[in-house]
Amino acid sequence: MIAKHIKKVSPSGIREFFDLVLGMPEVISLGVGEPDFITPWRIREKAITALEEGLTSYTSNSGLLSLRQGISEFLNSKYSLNYKPENEILITTGVSEGLDLALRAIVEPKDVVLVISPHYVAYPALAQIAGAKVQYLITDEKSDFKIDLKQLKNALSVKPKAIILNNPSNPTGVHYSGSELAKIWRLIALSGALVISDEVYDELTYDFKHVPFTALDKKAKRKTILLNGFSKGYAMTGFRVGYVCADKEIISAMTKIHSFSMMCVPIVSQVAAIEALRAQREVADMRSQYKRRRDFVVKELNRLGFYTPKPQGAFYCFPSLKKFHVNCLDFAKKLLFQEKVAVVPGKAFGDEFDTHIRISYANTLDNLKEAIIRIERFIKALK
Amino acid sequence: MDDILEILESNARISFEDLKKLTGKSIKEIEKAVKSYEKKGIIVKYKAIINKTKLKNEQNVVALIEVRIAPQKDVGFDLIAERIYRFPEVKNCYLLSGTYDLLLEVSGKDIQTVAGFVSEKLAPLSSVKATATHFMLKKYKEDGIILTKKDKNQRLPITY
Repeated sequence: MIAKHIKKVSPSGIREFFDLVLGMPEVISLGVGEPDFITPWRIREKAITALEEGLTSYTSNSGLLSLRQGISEFLNSKYSLNYKPENEILITTGVSEGLDLALRAIVEPKDVVLVISPHYVAYPALAQIAGAKVQYLITDEKSDFKIDLKQLKNALSVKPKAIILNNPSNPTGVHYSGSELAKIWRLIALSGALVISDEVYDELTYDFKHVPFTALDKKAKRKTILLNGFSKGYAMTGFRVGYVCADKEIISAMTKIHSFSMMCVPIVSQVAAIEALRAQREVADMRSQYKRRRDFVVKELNRLGFYTPKPQGAFYCFPSLKKFHVNCLDFAKKLLFQEKVAVVPGKAFGDEFDTHIRISYANTLDNLKEAIIRIERFIKALK
Repeated sequence: MDDILEILESNARISFEDLKKLTGKSIKEIEKAVKSYEKKGIIVKYKAIINKTKLKNEQNVVALIEVRIAPQKDVGFDLIAERIYRFPEVKNCYLLSGTYDLLLEVSGKDIQTVAGFVSEKLAPLSSVKATATHFMLKKYKEDGIILTKKDKNQRLPITY
């Protein structure tokens, strides 16, 4: 009954573990992929007002022009990027839809899509659903989970149609500098592949200024589909607002699919997103709190013996369990049952990461402190 | 604001050990900084914010009082303000621009106590020209903290 290419998309091997966590009360969860902050009040207030004013209709397929103009101006003032609101920006239902549309717009059967691993779970799944063959480029902790250029050169030799980059990255928190990106781009440019650059964590970087992939040079801008959204930096996951910036030909193809499958993003969410662009103080405030939590958690995990490269963005770190001679699922299950602390097994982000876990520090300092105490007690009992 | 102050402002009870973990500074450095802040009067006091409406047997009445005063030659408002803010009943005292001069927050165990303060201590002062007393009916937010209602966080305990 079910189409073969959908059947082939493997369900996550850790679904069962997720169900265990969901069924257990009073867990301190370091397994959450969204901010612990509630959307800043000024944004929520704007959404309430939008409802009071009766804004309940469809919008244009591309999204409210005022929101696209706001995004265009914002990207220009922040990154000196130039995207025309009329035909180079599309508002999507979160970055997830943007990614889906991008892949469906460019992938043909048997095209190869290159995914950097450990990877966000949707990348290979959506690429396969779009009909692509997925090839992985595996990074490891020796290079702090950054792309090795030699490996990249090899991977590109199969002429992938596109490569999906995630900067900063979920699950590792890796954040590439402008000069690192330039080196990566030099290789990709030679291969002719398109780049899908998911930068939804760009507001959450802690050590140096973020450089969007499309800001590298004119060709990079032409060959890159930039995905971003309001979920993470603005704590608006439930509003489901993302955006895509790309060449007008690509945007037009993506809008075609979007106009039939989604029609438009809910208008209240779009109005809230316009206000979000003005909430930079609130974003800075959250960022400084994440930074403090990162410094605390990463230092403590390393002290406990988990090799944990210092992440420079997002709100995750990806500690190694090698010292404890235990696989990620056993570790996560025992930690959950014995100490009521939830983490995500590394395997969720690629089969090779069986000796890693993802820890999200999008949690209060008090919870993080308590979680560290429990983890310390847990590993002492492990030995 | 310095890291230490920022953390203490939201949690004055945090231990130096935890401050060390959060700021990366040594305990000695933290101790020195905190002492210096205390000495300079930057850290004035450590206290708990208590939501007294939740205390069943505790009666407490709070009033905001607007005071118009006649400033004295040479000393301006400061001397009269001091005469007033030294009363222990006065919890907060501010000099304001606009139609009146001082705003006081006064508290007492019942309305009579606060009224008594106004009629017996405040109003008789020769430099006080007029007062207007507003009894507080409900506190919604204090020191940046919402007292009446908490945001519900509905996020799932585990997501990608």
